[in-house]
Amino acid sequence: MLLPEPLQNLITALERLPGIGPKSASRLAFFLLRAPEDISQQLADSLIALKQNTAFCPECYNIMLAGRERCEICDSHARDESVICVVEEPLDVIALERIGAYKGKYHVLHGVLSPIEGIGPDDLKIKPLLARVALGQAKEIILATNPSMEGDATALYLRQQLLPSGVHITRLARGLPVGGDLEYADQNTLLRALSGRQEMG
Amino acid sequence: MKLPRSFRVTAIVLRHADWGEADRIITLFTRERGKVRAIARGARKIRSRKAGHLEPFTHITMQLAASRDMPIVQQVETLDPYLPIRDDLTLTGYAAYVIELLDRFSYEDGTESPSTFQLLAETLKRISAEADPWLAVRYYEMRLLDLLGFRPQLFQCVNCLREVQPEEQYFSPGSGGVICPRCGQGLPGLWRVSVETLKHLRHFQRSNYAEASRAHPSAGTQKELELLMQAYFTYLLERELNTPGFIRRIKG
Ligand SMILES: [Zn+2]
Ligand SMILES: [Zn+2]
Repeated sequence: MLLPEPLQNLITALERLPGIGPKSASRLAFFLLRAPEDISQQLADSLIALKQNTAFCPECYNIMLAGRERCEICDSHARDESVICVVEEPLDVIALERIGAYKGKYHVLHGVLSPIEGIGPDDLKIKPLLARVALGQAKEIILATNPSMEGDATALYLRQQLLPSGVHITRLARGLPVGGDLEYADQNTLLRALSGRQEMG
Repeated sequence: MKLPRSFRVTAIVLRHADWGEADRIITLFTRERGKVRAIARGARKIRSRKAGHLEPFTHITMQLAASRDMPIVQQVETLDPYLPIRDDLTLTGYAAYVIELLDRFSYEDGTESPSTFQLLAETLKRISAEADPWLAVRYYEMRLLDLLGFRPQLFQCVNCLREVQPEEQYFSPGSGGVICPRCGQGLPGLWRVSVETLKHLRHFQRSNYAEASRAHPSAGTQKELELLMQAYFTYLLERELNTPGFIRRIKG
C-alpha cells in the first residue's frame, strides 16, 4: 500500500532514530495521526526548540541553555576545579549528579573510540580536554567511560595523552554489580574486581 | 533451513550495537553456523549477568533460542576473554582489524565454519600472548584469503605462467597475483613488490605458524607487506577499512 506522503515522511524520519525499526516508526506515526492535535503540536515545538535553545558548554561540552557563557556546573563556585570527571555522554553527567556525592567538574566526550566503526580521537572532544588540563588547575582526572571494550580503549588513549601533563589519573572502580552473584560473574569482571579490591578495617 | 528451538554455539563476539531501551544486538562468529546476529535482552543494564561475556573479542559458549527475528541469548559463559588485548590500545586496534576483516567478508548464511573459527580464535590468542602481534596479523590475512577463496598466486606470473624470478615484480589485485616485469611493463593498476616482500609473502603462504614465526623481515619490508595486504583487502571489498586508519591515529 502506498501511504500519503506526509505520513510516509514522518515514518522515514522516525526510522532514523536509534532503536526504532520500521514497525515502531509506523506505530508511532499512526498514533500521532489519530491522537489529539496538542500532542503533535507540543512534540513539534519542543523538537524545534531543542536545537534552537540549547548549546554545548565551551568548557566541559555538557548541554546547556543557549545564550549562557558556561554551564551551571562550570559556573558554580561550589564545584572543585581540581577534579575533572570524564564521561561519554551528557546522560552520564545526570546519572552522577543524581547521587549528589561528586563535587568536581565534568568533561563530556560525546562518544567513545570505536576502531571497527572508525571513530577515532578527532571525532570526540578530546583536544579540548587536553587544553583544559594544560591550564594547570586540574590535579585529578577521573576516567568514567563505560566498562566496555570501547570505554576501555578510550580510557587507555586518554591515559596515554594525559600522562605527560603529570596530572593524577584515576579510573572508576570496576567490580561486581550490587545484588550480583559471584557464580555468574564473567572472568573479565571478576579479575578486575579482584585487582581493584579494597582494605576492610 | 529450520532451526531447532534452542541451540548451543561456540562463538567469538565480533561487535555489539545498542538496541531499544536496554538490549544489545550482538554479532557473533560461530563455529557451528558462521556469522550470527543475536539479541541480548537487558545487556546494557549495569547489573546484567550477560554483558561481561558479550564484549567484542570474547571467546564464549552460549545457548541461543530461535525466535521470529533474531535468536535470543539465553545463557553465556566465557572461555577466554583475551584480557591482555583489552588492557592495551595497540592490541585492541589489531584485534579490531582482525574482526573487521572477517565481519566484512562474511554473511549470515548459517554455514558451519570450523576452520575460519579456529583461525580467528588462534589469532586473537596470539595477539594477546605475543610480544609483537605483527606476524600474527599478517599470517591471519594470508590464511583468511585462502579460506575466502582469494589465495593470491605468488609463484608464477598470472599472465605468462612462467615461474617468478628473484627480481622486483608487479602485483595485480584484479588478477589476484604476481605479474612479471616483462608482462607488467606499462600496464595500469599494478603495484610494485620488492624481492624481500614477495619472499616473505610466499613463506607465509606455504608455512604453518611455527615456521612463519622464524621469519624476521626488516622494518621496511614489514611496512611494504602490511600496506600491500591492506590494499588487496580494500580492493576485494571495494571499500575502505576503518581499523587501519584508527591504528595510525592512535599511534600518532
Ligand atoms: Zn560546563
Ligand atoms: Zn609474465
